[in-house]
Amino acid sequence: MKHHLFWPLTILALLLVFNLLYDPTFFSIKVRDGHLYGSLIDILNFGAPLLLVSIGMTLVIATKGIDLSVGSIVAITGAMACLTISKGPDQNALVLVATAVGLSLVLSLALGLWNGFLVAGVGIQPIIATLILMVAGRGVAQLITSGQIITVSSSSYKFIGAGVLFMLPFSIFIVAAVFAVASLLTRKTAIGLFIESVGNKPVASRLAGIRAKSVMIAVYLFCGLCAGVAGLILSSNVSSADGNNAGLWYELDAILAVVIGGTSLNGGRFYLAGTVIGALIIQTLTTTIYMIGVPPEITLVVKAFVVLVVCLIQSESFRKAIVGRWKTRRYPAEKEVARHV
Amino acid sequence: MEEGRPILHMKDIHKQFPGVKALSGVQFRLFPGEIHALMGENGAGKSTLIKVLTGVYSIDRGQVEMDQERISIQSPQEAQAAGISTVYQEVNLCPNLSVAENIYIGREPRRFGRILWKELNSAAAKLLEERMNLMIDVTKPLHSYPIAIQQLIAIARALNISAKVLILDEPTSSLDRVEVSQLFNVMNKLKSEGLAILFVTHFLNQVYEISDRITILRGGEFVGEYAASALSRIELVSKMIGKELELLEELPKMSSLDGNGKTGSELLLEAKSLGRRGSIEPFDLSIRAGEIVGLAGLLGSGRTEAARLLFGADSPDQGSLKIGDKGSAHTPRQAIDNGIAFCSEDRKGEGIIDDLTIRENIVLAMQASQGWLRTISKKKQSEIAEQFIEALNINPPNPDQLIKHLSGGNQQKVLLARSLLTEPRLLILDEPTRGIDIGAKAEIQKLVMSLSKKGMSVLFISSELEEVLRVSDRIAVMRDRKKVKEMTDGEMNEQLVMKAIAGGGEE
Repeated sequence: MKHHLFWPLTILALLLVFNLLYDPTFFSIKVRDGHLYGSLIDILNFGAPLLLVSIGMTLVIATKGIDLSVGSIVAITGAMACLTISKGPDQNALVLVATAVGLSLVLSLALGLWNGFLVAGVGIQPIIATLILMVAGRGVAQLITSGQIITVSSSSYKFIGAGVLFMLPFSIFIVAAVFAVASLLTRKTAIGLFIESVGNKPVASRLAGIRAKSVMIAVYLFCGLCAGVAGLILSSNVSSADGNNAGLWYELDAILAVVIGGTSLNGGRFYLAGTVIGALIIQTLTTTIYMIGVPPEITLVVKAFVVLVVCLIQSESFRKAIVGRWKTRRYPAEKEVARHV
Repeated sequence: MEEGRPILHMKDIHKQFPGVKALSGVQFRLFPGEIHALMGENGAGKSTLIKVLTGVYSIDRGQVEMDQERISIQSPQEAQAAGISTVYQEVNLCPNLSVAENIYIGREPRRFGRILWKELNSAAAKLLEERMNLMIDVTKPLHSYPIAIQQLIAIARALNISAKVLILDEPTSSLDRVEVSQLFNVMNKLKSEGLAILFVTHFLNQVYEISDRITILRGGEFVGEYAASALSRIELVSKMIGKELELLEELPKMSSLDGNGKTGSELLLEAKSLGRRGSIEPFDLSIRAGEIVGLAGLLGSGRTEAARLLFGADSPDQGSLKIGDKGSAHTPRQAIDNGIAFCSEDRKGEGIIDDLTIRENIVLAMQASQGWLRTISKKKQSEIAEQFIEALNINPPNPDQLIKHLSGGNQQKVLLARSLLTEPRLLILDEPTRGIDIGAKAEIQKLVMSLSKKGMSVLFISSELEEVLRVSDRIAVMRDRKKVKEMTDGEMNEQLVMKAIAGGGEE
């Protein structure tokens, strides 16, 4: 039995090696204006929103749920923050930016609560319950931005998504903090045990005295919050909010990252570190596709193909089938002999 | 019975798993027109032998002959083609499809690719009526019928595919008495038609009721093959266990030993006309501290429903419940806080959390009642788990083993540990010994009695009358979702309880 991170790490390494062969300077990191520059840094920086959304998604999936609304929450919180800032007299004022950030995060928590209420309180299947916000959320985001793209010019706000701390993009620190908090909460307190238990056997968990509904609401809250932070990073990075396109298809990339990381869609055991690797694989893949200059009209096809290969490599039964075929090819007569003696 | 040749003959079967010899030198013969019981404790190799026969495992050494011809079974499909069909404890059919579809799935009568529904349904109805004496609407979905009927349908499907050898793996473990006798009628009918039936069960009386011959395995080895009429129960048990089981003989004395002392102790639980519409009619029940109250009755008589009301798993819609000085619980969580613990009869569905380890499964309820902030450290968890592993003799003794890999008896012990860790004043055990081997059964019964001596009250639910009688100080009998009778130690005996279960008409 290999470690659960073996295949995700192998795939990530393969992707990186491919990049290195294609562009020998891929791993090089330079210092310019006191910042670190390089492709690896870019992957981490641009991957930050996806990483955050995926971490939240992991916990939701661990409870046998799914959250399709994260992309919409990304758009809504970005729109909310940019709207608040654009209305202010001095867009650089720290108080204003803090208000905007606070307001957006509260909003994302409220949206997470709404999902949790539909799933745990009303008892709607997660995929349907969160589909509601996925569709409606885009509308809400456009309502906030009045269908326009809101641009802001606030250097304090821009720091969240494009700032630099200790020579590294500030967004990396946000991701690291959220990951640390999530890991500590789930591994050092009993909440992780409850999540796995509820995801694995909801009825048995209830009979063991776990408040299954509270656990479910908590994970949707957390997932909403993660998406909210991701929305801030994304909109801050480009200093604008686009209700229509911000965070588009994030839910799918995030689900993929979680699955590549080894967490089963059937709920139960979950692997936050695996998810991080999974999200990095997807972000590296996106970078690679841009770098090698795949024509834009077929990037999605190329990406889908690589994802398919990744999923097949991860599948134990597929690997066995391949190995099995290879073995029987070497000893074709073996089966026949056994049958007729 | 010795006339004729065996239809199935397994000789010198060896099967090894990494580190374990699952079967070594096992032989097994099955004659046409007989019912042959395969007996052994958990881990004796029964399931391995059956999996060899059904093509799930391939053997390392030995041979399998069918009709004097050597065969090698590599897959379940090959087993079916060879004429071996299996019906498992859990019915492996599609609950959402109709009965007829389930029987003929993959082999539907067709014309030009179109399924001939009329023929399909009438053929299914005819098959069930002729071979199973079962007249039901075959167009209804399978899940609309009780498990017992589903099992007969599974047997009908198996017979319809191929009909030389039928393997029934624990078919009776979730059936009540009436359903068991219905199944036995069918088995006898099939036997008279010349079918060879291999029957696996944990119920000794059923072995003697139905089987002609018994093969015993122990620790992966062949102990012997006997005619059922020539082997006494005690002999059978001692051969299965490999020693004279003093446990079994010692047990009957235990309950009556100190039953009288408990009538004076304080009242722990008092239910007054507690009921829930559509589930159970209002009943009164009181349990004193340290008392073991048995709940007897057929499957579906309302035993589990009563227990679920007491535990807050379902909320009552009438009546009152007092536990000590506390009122009734509306959620299991409240009930646990009120000092009640509950082990569900549905061990797989409502008990164990498959993906978690023994350790995590044990601490789950305690951790839940402490809340997530007051986390029990890993070190402490392991200590707790190791304590219980030793006290309850849980095997394998590794706290970090996933619970899904344990045998039924050991899973049950882990669930008991989970309940005991919350230090309940009342322990509700719903069928705690179902589907587990005799050794583990005796251990659990013994544990229940020692707990009551320490002052814990127990509500003991079981379909096995002897067991209820053995452990209980008092017995409440349920019938048709009603509590019909209550008996105290002096007046409890098998006939009386039986009569109460069966109903007033049969005097």
